[in-house]
Amino acid sequence: MAASSLASRAVASLSPSISTGASRDDAGSSSVVGFHKRSSAFTGRRVRISSGHGSSAAHGRRSCVVAATAAPVKESPPKIADALVTREEGLELYEDMILGRCFEDMCAQMYYRSKMFGFVHLYNGQEAVSTGFVKALKKDDYICSTYRDHVHALSKGVPARQVMSELFGKATGCCRGQGGSMHMFSKEHRLLGGFAFIGEGIPVATGAAFNTKYSREVLKDLSVDAVTLAFFGDGTCNNGQFFECLNMAALWKLPIVYVVENNLWAIGMDHFRATSVPEIWKKGEAFGMPGVHVDGMDVLKVREVAKEAIARARRGDGPTLVECETYRYRGHSLADPDELRKPEQKNKYAVRDPIAAFKKYLLENGLASEADLKAIEKKIDEIVEDAVEFADASPLPPRSQLLENVFADPRGFGIGPDGKYRCEDPAFTAGTAEV
Amino acid sequence: MAQKVLVPCSSSSSCGNVQFSPSRVHTQAIAFGGGLSQSSSRKNKSLALKAVAAKGETSAPVTAKSGHEILLFDALREGLEEEMARDPTVCVMGEDVGHYGGSYKVTKGLAEKFGDLRVLDTPICENSFTGMGIGAAMTGLRTVVEGMNMGFLLLAYNQISNNAGMLHYTSGGQFKIPVVIRGPGGVGKQLGAEHSQRLESYFQSVPGLQMVACSTPYNAKGLMKAAIRSDNPVILYEHVLLYNLKERIPDEEYVLCLEEAELVRPGKDITILTYSRMRHFVLQAAKTLVERGYDPEIIDIRSLKPFDLFTIGNSIKKTHKVLIVEECMRTGGIGASLRAAIVDNFWDFLDGRPECLSSQDVPTPYAATLEDATVVQPAQIIVKVEQMLQGLI
Repeated sequence: MAASSLASRAVASLSPSISTGASRDDAGSSSVVGFHKRSSAFTGRRVRISSGHGSSAAHGRRSCVVAATAAPVKESPPKIADALVTREEGLELYEDMILGRCFEDMCAQMYYRSKMFGFVHLYNGQEAVSTGFVKALKKDDYICSTYRDHVHALSKGVPARQVMSELFGKATGCCRGQGGSMHMFSKEHRLLGGFAFIGEGIPVATGAAFNTKYSREVLKDLSVDAVTLAFFGDGTCNNGQFFECLNMAALWKLPIVYVVENNLWAIGMDHFRATSVPEIWKKGEAFGMPGVHVDGMDVLKVREVAKEAIARARRGDGPTLVECETYRYRGHSLADPDELRKPEQKNKYAVRDPIAAFKKYLLENGLASEADLKAIEKKIDEIVEDAVEFADASPLPPRSQLLENVFADPRGFGIGPDGKYRCEDPAFTAGTAEV
Repeated sequence: MAQKVLVPCSSSSSCGNVQFSPSRVHTQAIAFGGGLSQSSSRKNKSLALKAVAAKGETSAPVTAKSGHEILLFDALREGLEEEMARDPTVCVMGEDVGHYGGSYKVTKGLAEKFGDLRVLDTPICENSFTGMGIGAAMTGLRTVVEGMNMGFLLLAYNQISNNAGMLHYTSGGQFKIPVVIRGPGGVGKQLGAEHSQRLESYFQSVPGLQMVACSTPYNAKGLMKAAIRSDNPVILYEHVLLYNLKERIPDEEYVLCLEEAELVRPGKDITILTYSRMRHFVLQAAKTLVERGYDPEIIDIRSLKPFDLFTIGNSIKKTHKVLIVEECMRTGGIGASLRAAIVDNFWDFLDGRPECLSSQDVPTPYAATLEDATVVQPAQIIVKVEQMLQGLI
């Protein structure tokens, strides 16, 4: 079964201490299904494996003793014979995470300069999940997100210009300015939304997966093998639509992966105060699908789990539930004062910044030089600056756009007193006629 | 030629078959299919639309020898089956639609013919399977979602309002949602409050949705086909007591227009606007009214959203008096919206205020006497029309 193969894989950790074969109690380590060992992660105590004593570690005999330490032990990094990514892949992943981080930081700036409005939910800290999963997809695969969707859109390939314009409410936005921050859609890049209510995207994603099965089995088009990813948070996992869809997807073996971005908070509601059984990955089994827990701050681990779950879906073996342990560095939205989260918790995850960790990995394994990474960062800076300039220069939607997309078939506006369809009246479409 | 329309027996009178003089079924079968371009709906397409000016025509008459007799549920099934045979992306999902054949037999035999995936038996999770139907429609299928009873779709309100209604708009026109949401609703025979809901009013404000109500086998089949072919999300309201209505319908294929109303009986004294089951109560009352020398014009509005203001307006311009007879609740119902639309558009042609007979703002009681008192009865219609035509109100 897929679950056991995930468990048996020894995954190199990005944290400096590695213990192959020893039981891992580190909150930042493997994607093992045996969750009971990891409960410490959720109680806030951090347990790390120290291989060796003191700071002169890596040489000489390594001890595999599990010892609880208050602070990470500094040691020189071991040599890893086989890196988990090629240089090209590594740079692609790095660039995508930098794009996500830089873009979101720019959103914060723009919001406070009154260039974007309303509810804006930023993804800082969770980049490994988006990059790890979305970059493992093919172009034809679908993704479905929530209101925290900017970075999913960017990872999937929606140009930064279009996303920024949409946030500025301009006509050049990916949704013509009609959706906004919480409703990013792209037909070209197969992004099915952008949803403001939690849970309501999950059935939509399930429907896209159903379409793949239908295309193959009813329409007999075996060239269709699109997998769908549904992203949502920990709070959503207490919602009926989550459970209802897990049931249907397992029942019909739909090609879908349900990706839980468990950042431990639903606005101000602590996951543990809301959830009777906090281990979300366990709930997969109740519906007959593998439930997997992965360190969502480690892009390589996420990617590994993603590849396996996506392959499982694509070959017709059905859905997987993946719980990514992650954290958002900013508040729920830009309007959230974020007063409830304790500094200790924030710090604990701050040191596990997925970008810093991956940068370190690339450098230590000779996959990239500082210059390479700096070049990427500069490139992304320019892309994001350009996106802002483009959005700034773009026009606001004219009034005539108001009614254009209410109906795919505008005859839905009905027949007016003069016998003509309303939509035939130019004044109507220009928004100056009465509705 | 006479079209015999059998009226379901009203609960307050003894059952009997009532026949009416030929109803001038006023429809215009607009050919769909290649007419609209498939290109992105980001800008207003130049639509090759037929002007609705030819409203005076009747449909092709169905002689006693042509066409075939059919019950309403079967007409719905026929329409659905034809569309499924014509377009392999059309699929049905809902509770007991497959092996059970549908709780009102609208999908009977379809699972055997088209397979379990095209006629999908879902678990009991309206919100999620409606959402699944929407996601499937966004990505290329044309789904027909059945609510076993329309009332169950209240559980799917999140998906119907936020996703079916909105996604075309919030995506800037990128995704269309060609979904048909249908099921039996309305007040039945002592089915209890929750199974006797009048949901037209609940969904009517949702922007982006179209709503139609069928009332005869002829328009049931035609509207079913039109709804499936439409690229808009359409709610098709069927009535739980009309499924066994029998009528002779054409053998040839026909598709009705979603946005048009149906002139059931031409007249000059008063315009009576109605839909669904109340159409038959109005026709029943009309028998008495005609005997007493009145000449009501009866229009089955069919399109609950949007209203066909042309047909309605032409009638009002002729009669100057309007009575709306609906099964919807008084508060915020279809009648309430229709009155407002009539006042806005045809004020100058009215001799008096538009009147409305609606059902009571009560949860439908179980007891037969109370249930009868909840909905409008033919006797009330007669009284109201007489009052209006005698200038008493």
